[in-house]
Amino acid sequence: MTLRASQLKVGDAREEVVIENLSRTQLVMYAGASGDYNPVHSDEIFATKIAGYPTVFAHGMLSMGATGRMLTNWVGDGRLTKYGVRFVAQVWPGDSLTARATVEAIRHENGQALADLLVVTVNQDGKEVVAGYACARLDP
Amino acid sequence: MAVKRFPIEASHILMFARAIGDPNKIYADPDYARESEVGAIIAPPTFTQASAQFDPDYFLRPKIGQPWFGSAKEATGIKPRASTGGGSAPSGAAAGGLHAEQHFEYHRPLCAGDVLTAVNKPGKSWEKEGRRGGKLHFSESITEYYDASGQLVVTARGVGVRTERVIEQKPEGAK
Repeated sequence: MTLRASQLKVGDAREEVVIENLSRTQLVMYAGASGDYNPVHSDEIFATKIAGYPTVFAHGMLSMGATGRMLTNWVGDGRLTKYGVRFVAQVWPGDSLTARATVEAIRHENGQALADLLVVTVNQDGKEVVAGYACARLDP
Repeated sequence: MAVKRFPIEASHILMFARAIGDPNKIYADPDYARESEVGAIIAPPTFTQASAQFDPDYFLRPKIGQPWFGSAKEATGIKPRASTGGGSAPSGAAAGGLHAEQHFEYHRPLCAGDVLTAVNKPGKSWEKEGRRGGKLHFSESITEYYDASGQLVVTARGVGVRTERVIEQKPEGAK
């Protein structure tokens, strides 16, 4: 499953729900897999009483990783050359995230077709939580 | 983060893919992966972040015999620096830093079986006046991941932000 430059045009977009009703357990899973055990992500007592947050919240890298699922499902596995984001707003337990990519440009570099993508992930209220870009290799 | 040896292991990729909620078989099924374009189990795009597991000094992992700042008998195992005593007022020490940006450049797909070395390079740092959080201190860190043959596989650039006080933000529907 790969994208072809000949079948893709600027403005083409793909959208995918990547997190539904985020559980605190998924935050624990991400802490364990990534090695980032910052208690603000899994320790309700610390997050509320010491750090002053209303509850625990997602690692930014969990939102970026979930957004990456939409990207690789669209452009294919091992096809990304760049992927970058800004963490715009925090993601809380109970949130649902929809990730969207839009083709901004199709270009050629040393004979290789590439697509520049705009990447945005929003929560259930349509509020942006992650905003960034990606670049993927295309078939001709 | 600088890491001498970051082995890319299939079981770690499986756990990481589950954690980000990605059921793609390329992360879990060796037979499926063998028939794919890359021809092997590969790592998800953000996987190099998990090199923290192989950094012996990574500060966000509890260490045996050392105090940990998460809750146990007390709400924190390390007393906040600027505690004014009592109450739940956030203090500077605990407010800590947040991840502002993350950027990756992929030079080739990262595969199970690769063994990487991570080299850390200092980046820029700058300050900005925040709207709600007081002064914001940004700092950048660049990590280059090389394979066993010395080839660059992934370049990662992270930007952290530290605020002078916790930015007040409530989840939707919070009381």
